[in-house]
Amino acid sequence: MTAARHDAADAGILAVRDLRILFPSRDGRDTVKAIDGMDFEVKVGETFGVIGESGSGKTTLGRALVSLLRPTYGQILHDGTDPATLGSRAFRQHRRDYQIIFQDPNAALNPRMTIIDSVVEPLEILREGDAASRRRRGIEMLERVGLAAEAADRYPHQLSGGQKQRVNIARVLTLRPKVIVCDEVVAALDVSIRGDVLNLFADLQREFGLTYVFITHDISVVSHISDRIAVTYLGKLMELGPAEDVVERPLHPYTRALLSSEPIPLPSHLRVDRRIILEGEIPSPVSPPSGCRFRTRCPSVQPRCAEDVPAWREVRPGHLVACHFATAEGPPADNQQARSAS
Amino acid sequence: MATISAPEHVRSNALQNAAGLGVAGQPLLDVRNLSLSFATAGGALPVTRNVSFSIAPGERVGLVGESGCGKTVTGLSLLRLLPTHSARIEGDVLFDGTDLLKLSPRRMRAVRGRDIAMIFQEPMSALDPVFTVGDQISEAYRIHFPASKAEGRERAIAALREVGIPAPERRCDEYPHQLSGGMRQRVMIAMALICKPKLLIADEPTTALDVTVQAQITDLLRSLSERTGTALIFITHDLGVVAETCTRMITMYAGEVVEDAPVDDVLTRPRHPYTSGLLRSLPGLSKRRGVLASIPGRVPSPQAMPAGCRFRSRCTHAAPGCEADQRMIEIEPGHAARCWRAPELALAGAVN
Repeated sequence: MTAARHDAADAGILAVRDLRILFPSRDGRDTVKAIDGMDFEVKVGETFGVIGESGSGKTTLGRALVSLLRPTYGQILHDGTDPATLGSRAFRQHRRDYQIIFQDPNAALNPRMTIIDSVVEPLEILREGDAASRRRRGIEMLERVGLAAEAADRYPHQLSGGQKQRVNIARVLTLRPKVIVCDEVVAALDVSIRGDVLNLFADLQREFGLTYVFITHDISVVSHISDRIAVTYLGKLMELGPAEDVVERPLHPYTRALLSSEPIPLPSHLRVDRRIILEGEIPSPVSPPSGCRFRTRCPSVQPRCAEDVPAWREVRPGHLVACHFATAEGPPADNQQARSAS
Repeated sequence: MATISAPEHVRSNALQNAAGLGVAGQPLLDVRNLSLSFATAGGALPVTRNVSFSIAPGERVGLVGESGCGKTVTGLSLLRLLPTHSARIEGDVLFDGTDLLKLSPRRMRAVRGRDIAMIFQEPMSALDPVFTVGDQISEAYRIHFPASKAEGRERAIAALREVGIPAPERRCDEYPHQLSGGMRQRVMIAMALICKPKLLIADEPTTALDVTVQAQITDLLRSLSERTGTALIFITHDLGVVAETCTRMITMYAGEVVEDAPVDDVLTRPRHPYTSGLLRSLPGLSKRRGVLASIPGRVPSPQAMPAGCRFRSRCTHAAPGCEADQRMIEIEPGHAARCWRAPELALAGAVN
């Protein structure tokens, strides 16, 4: 344990070491490689954004980070401790520090339980205080997330989507967690209230010193709230770096394409036509391409990409990339540009 | 139909002169005072009120708004796809001069898929899992044109090629589950366009798709529309998609059209506070880690719709005068908003 603790000093509050998560396919004949080798650390108090398309493994990652899934290989360390080694009682106490909020605010609430019953249930499970004090804490938290105390005795169907997501936030906050994994938490909300919920997350982070892992497919959301951004593709990290660098000066051809495909609500004269339309779709995680997984859609693909798996390299300080040809200047030129230039 | 509110009708004519006019001088689609209500146990529940707009041949119009604002039911009511026993539709839907609401069911069926086609958000539930995609596309053609099975198949293959599906001869014989989400949406587009309709209604066609695939599909829709001259109604909540695909944007709020304007105009200078609020709420446009703008409150429910301006309770510009019913005011040619303060307000758009 002392060795592990020592290690933890620089490991951050969450450390992911060579993580692999494999599932048998439905017919049992194949293996779905949902996460196929990821290494990163999350620092205390930061917002760590994870972005990727469906099938990139981001939801699996989120569930594994809070011990809802066990790593098939590799480790996830919580503050230096591997939760998989804890006994069931210690594990139950431990996991209160590592919580998750899901995408669908509706599905996350039991329709037959009142709001307050849902909010205090985690405290009941941990046998904290008596019923009256739990209720008091629950109502305090509901008020903190901007819901009136009257909402406490209502049922989920009487609340709007935004209000329900606030209830889910209040529920995890009653536990005073250290880390909250947010899996597409604003995807189901309308644009006009999304801002409110994101502002609330930012306020709560300051107030409670929370660490967030923010998983989303929405580039504008992730770039707005994150300190650092990890880009996932088919079970691997493609790029990881400070948010501003990843968004303004990406290193990986995939990140560049992803950013350029985000539709921008600007009038035509202000829009620079720099769209890179990727061909095809994300391949199957059952049989990912050899070498670099992005090569089948990469506009800068070279013969080497099919042979060697790109190393995970630090190209700029704190900015890592998995591409043979990325340099500190940025991603390699796409082949079409290179051809027309020569 | 006798118009309930005269100003509405006058307005819609004024707008046609500005925006909805085709080359031939007549709009392709002219929707006038379309009001929809559903019969419920508690009586009629009004869902949309006096929706009026027109679309010129070849024009691409984005219909935007939050969930529950009535954009999807408006799309469905144009094609009379709502359940007849519960949906009550009033108003006129003039398509090429014919009122679709007055057509017999048989004649309406001849319009659907032939003159006006529609694609939906979730391609998997719109495709039949037990028929090959080729059969389904060919059926859409053979319902409207006398053609042999072989010709139908040929046309289906050509349509698949047109929407950018590789190896269409092989894909034609595959079933929907063998295709990816983006491919299925391409199949839907191929099916919708096989009869060369004059108007395509696309209801959130890219919402279920990843952003890189969304870019492929919006590009495809725009280029097909430019090439074939098919007009497009693009129903979406994504203002970015509208900016990149459409020429005009119609904003709906709580069952009413609140703004109707050319896309570039409305993004630069919205005239209705709700449109401005939507534009300002987009995180990509505000400062990183700054406080995001949002619209306070929520959309009133159809059961408790306030009188006067429906946006009033959430509007930071509300003033005495807003409790009166609002009509569309044309502020400049082709740009109208349902707000009496619109001429005097300077509202923030997507660029400042």
